[in-house]
Amino acid sequence: MNFILSLIITLVIVHLLVVIPLVGILAANLQFLFGVILPYAAVLVFLVGMIWRVTTWAKSPVPFRIPTTAGQQKSLPWIKDSKLDNPTTTAGVVGRMLLEILLFRSLFRNTKMEYREGPRVTYEWEKWLWLFAIVFHYAFLVVLLRHLRFFAEPVPVFVQILESLDGFAQVGIAPLNGLGLPVMLLSGVVLPAAVTFLLLRRLLIPSVRYISLPADYFPLLLILGIATTGILMRYILKLDVVGVKQLMIGLVTFKPVVPQGIGVLFYIHLFMVCTLFAYFPFSKLVHLAGIFLSPTRNLANNNRMVRHVNPWWYPVKVHTYEHYEDEFREKMIEAGIPVEKE
Amino acid sequence: MAFKNIPKPNELAQIGHKPPLMKGWLDTPVDIRTGVFCYAGQPKNLEAVGLPNPRKWAPTDDDWQLPDNWKEIFLEGMRERLDKYRTFQIFMDICVRCGACADKCHFFIGSGDPKNMPVLRAELLRSIYRREFTFAGKLLGKMAGARELTPEVLKEIWYYMFQCTECRRCSLFCPYGIDTAEITIIGRELLNLLGLNIDWIAGPVANCYRKGNHLGIEPHAFKDMIDFFLDEIEGVSGIRPEPTFNRKGAEILFVTPSGDVFADPGTYTAMGYLMLFHQLGLDYTWSTYASEGGNFGFFTSNEMAQRLNYKIYAEAKRLGVKWILGGECGHMWRLIHQYMDTWSGPADFLEEPVSPITGTKFENAKATKMVHLVEFTADLIRNGKLKLDPSRNDNLRVTFHDSCNTARGMGFFEEPRYVLKNVCNNFFEMPENTIREQTFCCGSGSGLNAGEDMELRMRGGFPRANAVRYVHDKFGVNMLANICAIDRAALSTSMEYWVPEVGVTGLHEMVANALIMDGEGERTTDLRGEPLPGFEEKEEGEEDV
Repeated sequence: MNFILSLIITLVIVHLLVVIPLVGILAANLQFLFGVILPYAAVLVFLVGMIWRVTTWAKSPVPFRIPTTAGQQKSLPWIKDSKLDNPTTTAGVVGRMLLEILLFRSLFRNTKMEYREGPRVTYEWEKWLWLFAIVFHYAFLVVLLRHLRFFAEPVPVFVQILESLDGFAQVGIAPLNGLGLPVMLLSGVVLPAAVTFLLLRRLLIPSVRYISLPADYFPLLLILGIATTGILMRYILKLDVVGVKQLMIGLVTFKPVVPQGIGVLFYIHLFMVCTLFAYFPFSKLVHLAGIFLSPTRNLANNNRMVRHVNPWWYPVKVHTYEHYEDEFREKMIEAGIPVEKE
Repeated sequence: MAFKNIPKPNELAQIGHKPPLMKGWLDTPVDIRTGVFCYAGQPKNLEAVGLPNPRKWAPTDDDWQLPDNWKEIFLEGMRERLDKYRTFQIFMDICVRCGACADKCHFFIGSGDPKNMPVLRAELLRSIYRREFTFAGKLLGKMAGARELTPEVLKEIWYYMFQCTECRRCSLFCPYGIDTAEITIIGRELLNLLGLNIDWIAGPVANCYRKGNHLGIEPHAFKDMIDFFLDEIEGVSGIRPEPTFNRKGAEILFVTPSGDVFADPGTYTAMGYLMLFHQLGLDYTWSTYASEGGNFGFFTSNEMAQRLNYKIYAEAKRLGVKWILGGECGHMWRLIHQYMDTWSGPADFLEEPVSPITGTKFENAKATKMVHLVEFTADLIRNGKLKLDPSRNDNLRVTFHDSCNTARGMGFFEEPRYVLKNVCNNFFEMPENTIREQTFCCGSGSGLNAGEDMELRMRGGFPRANAVRYVHDKFGVNMLANICAIDRAALSTSMEYWVPEVGVTGLHEMVANALIMDGEGERTTDLRGEPLPGFEEKEEGEEDV
């Protein structure tokens, strides 16, 4: 399996995800299947899958307290300890986890090793992975939240605020503005750009290309497909927004209706989203939940202050002092080392 | 010469870091190379502690003489550990292969072997996990990065699990905290179920279990070795400390790695301990039964580690001491800090440690009741309890190597620097991406400090040596201080190979050289018998100019 094969496999699958709803809607009129049954199924798979996944992790105990310490420990009172990178308290751990989850703290440390003639190596500034990763995740979150406007009437205030914040950069500048384009949403541009960066990085950096599997290309291409269909609907092939909203509200109120006249592009978009949802719990995308449970990050480094109990601890076979003295008693006595039995 | 079978440094350092373009790793079979692997565990050493499948074998054999149901044992072992370790289960599931860890590993930097990228080291096991424990892997095979566990694959896992020093540098950079040390620890446990250990680990484990220390030093010999240090100390300072062994009723039990009493330059560190304790009049005892702080059981299995670790608390209890003081060591301290209380505690028969000299309560050790000697010494210096003459170390231009285990398993950064700056006048840090939590491994940790894998060790030691070379060229650094017995052995070799101008010392060797002891004679040499600054000419008998 090399990267070309991986890419081909992935591209074929992603294209199938376009063709299936295309045929299903245009040739077989399966609007109810693609508009109602599959979305319900996908959400169900997502929820059950995630619960199963997190339960599996939670059931597996944490026998040892092994945080990776990334700053000065708390020891003597006159030595300043690093409360976030090496926390000893619950508050510190919460702080560390917030930094990890909201700001990708560990990834921010990233450097790039440069091998030079000499021979010597140096470690260079490399924050691009961190930057595009964080931009990608936040853009994705904003897009996701903005979609809530399809699920609620009236549109929740925070979604409206988000939209106005996100869209402050109206496309075009004077005198070319006002060409009739809707407000170009920042995240609509940023999201595909970040995904593209992550994809190019995977293909262009030799070591990252070497470790990449189809399972790494697939989510990126799938999200790119979702973004592309979304952008097409919004900006190019004006979509019947009222019909879509009717369908969505029908789904969330469990009174599904399938309005006529929603373009096939919408069903392609929706099918890809359903695929992402159903795929999520069974893929590496579960890092979303896994990070919360990662024992090297979510435990306090208070090991010598507070005892940690291993739930499956069992007594082991040991070599006691008595065994030891029995073997070496004479030598010990001769060397003047005290013994229990003379 | 230890390096006769490996290329010269300039040749070895010609490293390519580009993996093959068209051939994926799943299709690249393992090539077990001489100079990289360690010899197989000898049957007698496995038998000594009851490890499975003792037999004579060699990694270059075609047939590794595995039990018939080896695959079942391995997979059942995996299933059991997935249920027992949340780390293992999560780390099998959540890696996104972002590659942030790839160029953080000293073995990848030094070898360019793509399977030494931490992510791929873990993928070796993950590929089996996917095939056997996930639906997608069963269904899609290689497309999902899954593969069958074959004898070839098992050899590959063995080869690379013993090319990781469990230093956790990659874990620091991983956005999810995936810890390759956990993967390697569990990988080695699984291999040990099949009798696939290396002798550099199995030998010390067998020794330690029965004789109390990795080197197999028997009680009378242990005392002899310390006596030899006393002669040396007397020669240098005119003072002969009077340590005790296995003494009941001492206030403190002192435990340090046996490497400190065995080989230079660790021996000078051991002399440093003896001199410091003598000067303080500390009521302490050594133990010949718990004469090992290190724990090669940890490189075998969790259970083996617990079996060896047991002795420290057991001996403290038998002797009736109040608390335990631990010498300079890396993995020993990771275990004491992160594992000992869980394995062998609670230490409710001991008291919360209080320094008898300064009265300082070591609140940070109130549960384990074990204090790091450098914490203890830093407290002494802070409270003005030591008379120090740092100019005695003026011939040294010193840099400090943070040991992986104390760095990323404790966060032990300021204490040793504080001590160091008080005992010498010329201290220079290595570049920031190579110290503290980002420190590089010596290249020989976790039981890989053998002779036959010298190429691997020198490759793994390259990033650390590269940083030492930098401060040597820039500041004239000629001494590499550290607080780890394995560092003292491994870095000595690595420096000899990469930066021969730089020596290696334990921190307490420097403390003892600077320490002004009550009633000492005029010191003209350091503990190594080399002239102190200002005494060079007399020593060499040169004429004044």
